Amino acid sequence: MACIEAHGLRKAYGDTVALDGINLQVETGRILGLIGPNGAGKTTALNAILGLASYEGELKVLGRDPWRDRDALMRDVCFIADVAVLPRWMRVSQALDYVDGVHPRFDRAKAEAFLAKTSIKMTSQVRALSKGMVTQLHLALIMAIDAKLLVLDEPTLGLDILYRKEFYDTLLNDYFDHSRTIVVTTHQVEEVEHILTDLMFINRGRVVLDSSMEALEQRYAEVMVGPEQIGQARLLGPLHERQVFGRSIFLFDGVDRKRLAELGEVRTPNIADLFVAIIGADAAPAKGVAA
Amino acid sequence: MSPQEIVNGAPLDSAPLNRMLRPTRPFYWSVRREIWENRSIYIAPLAVAGVVMFGLLVGASRLPANAMHMISTLDPVRRSEAMSIPFAIAAGAIMVTAFIVAVFYCLGTLQSERRDRSILFWKSLPVSDLTTVLAKAAVPLVILPVIALVVMLATLLVLFVASAIMLPMNGLAPTLLMASFPIGKVAVVMVYTLVVFTLWHAPIWGWLMLVSGWARRATFLWAFGPPLALCVFERLAFNTSYLASLISYRLTGCLAEAFDTTPTAHGSVHFDLHQLDPLKFMFTPGLWVGLAVAAALFAATVWQRRYRAPL
Repeated sequence: MACIEAHGLRKAYGDTVALDGINLQVETGRILGLIGPNGAGKTTALNAILGLASYEGELKVLGRDPWRDRDALMRDVCFIADVAVLPRWMRVSQALDYVDGVHPRFDRAKAEAFLAKTSIKMTSQVRALSKGMVTQLHLALIMAIDAKLLVLDEPTLGLDILYRKEFYDTLLNDYFDHSRTIVVTTHQVEEVEHILTDLMFINRGRVVLDSSMEALEQRYAEVMVGPEQIGQARLLGPLHERQVFGRSIFLFDGVDRKRLAELGEVRTPNIADLFVAIIGADAAPAKGVAA
Repeated sequence: MSPQEIVNGAPLDSAPLNRMLRPTRPFYWSVRREIWENRSIYIAPLAVAGVVMFGLLVGASRLPANAMHMISTLDPVRRSEAMSIPFAIAAGAIMVTAFIVAVFYCLGTLQSERRDRSILFWKSLPVSDLTTVLAKAAVPLVILPVIALVVMLATLLVLFVASAIMLPMNGLAPTLLMASFPIGKVAVVMVYTLVVFTLWHAPIWGWLMLVSGWARRATFLWAFGPPLALCVFERLAFNTSYLASLISYRLTGCLAEAFDTTPTAHGSVHFDLHQLDPLKFMFTPGLWVGLAVAAALFAATVWQRRYRAPL
């Protein structure tokens, strides 16, 4: 069963269309990266999935309508909306007591074991913790919940690189298994690149790329080309072209790798470069990229 | 609210039985977290009781030596009144404090969770908006009255003991105290008064919580500004004050509805048991209209919280 299924998902705030009829299918056991520029509609999409905002169109999360069935859905769905949402007055022990008291799938021992590995004290107030420690605390709470879908919206915003790395490593090693599904949005794409199984680009309320990571490696290729072969490369219809140290790097969509190998060294583009190429092309309407 | 609330709605399609659902108590824990967050709920009444008691005791110790004898020469009714004044002051101060705490609590509660973005954390847990709002409503409707009652009873006891010590020191019989300071009666009057005021003020709490969930800032102004402006408008435009009297009726009108205030023979307004009139109060339309309005306002607050996002 698909964990998330959307058809023609649309959301408008007055005249502003935040989501312009997107289709989405996320199977159980996948880790989807939802990437897009600011204001692209990522958070709107996540809010719809989490039942935090109403929407038009069809949407099923774990077989439920998230807006109508939100209370039941939240037993199976967890989310970290932002690192800074834990109430500042709360003590660590109170956070554990509270989640333990209201969540039927919370395993307190697991959360305590995770916290024991950190320097967070049970009696500390959230306001006294550093931003990194607040994230650790939130992660400890979330990881102790046996949820089927975990939604992360910019979970590492404002964290230093050590905490960011620890965050994703812990998530992948100690939490993720193939009965769970994770949806993550972030601007720091290079950090999630290695954990994703699926990638979706979203721009101006529309999906501009929706692919598994395997398919992505098949489809897109990047070639570094010397000055003498630039003309030849351009004839192949590159998606994007950029200059690095006087050499040109071309990004191709669906061009045979053997042909590209004649031009130079072929490699798989990283998500950031792909993002710039696709979203950049999308900005100029004439060159819209099919999803 | 009950464990069943959680278990009953379990998804049939997706939950394998090995994922056992533990029973939970979302309402209970939601109320507890309100008290964790707003410690003034119990600190303020306690502090006021302490200050008032301390003031009364210091004041009593500075009374002229013959004051106590003057009390003993009063007729029993007047004496009883004189001796219950200190307690009336303490009880009044505690009730007013509880009222003020409730006003600020209601105005702040649904706004602060949006301002500090913690609403995103609360909404990430399986606690419905209904449970959340009911837990918040329980603070002015149940928690604060109960805390006020406990603090008042404790104050009553302390004052009673203090009087029992002070009377013999001034050469008066302690039995005088028993006769003129009917502790049981006073306790009953207290419970009744608290219940009456709590039910009567319910729509005020509903209104303040609705504003708290709705206003982006300046909840205090939004809560009190428009009613005040309408009162002024009504006065200037029609030279009437129906709205002002409606508001004042909502604040203190329950005194006339719940107590028999026909002056007694000696012209005293001192409350006694026979002056409690629960039957009259029960049949006051103002009570039921108020409760219906309160229910509507709380329902609107629940509905509104669904759409709320951080500020």
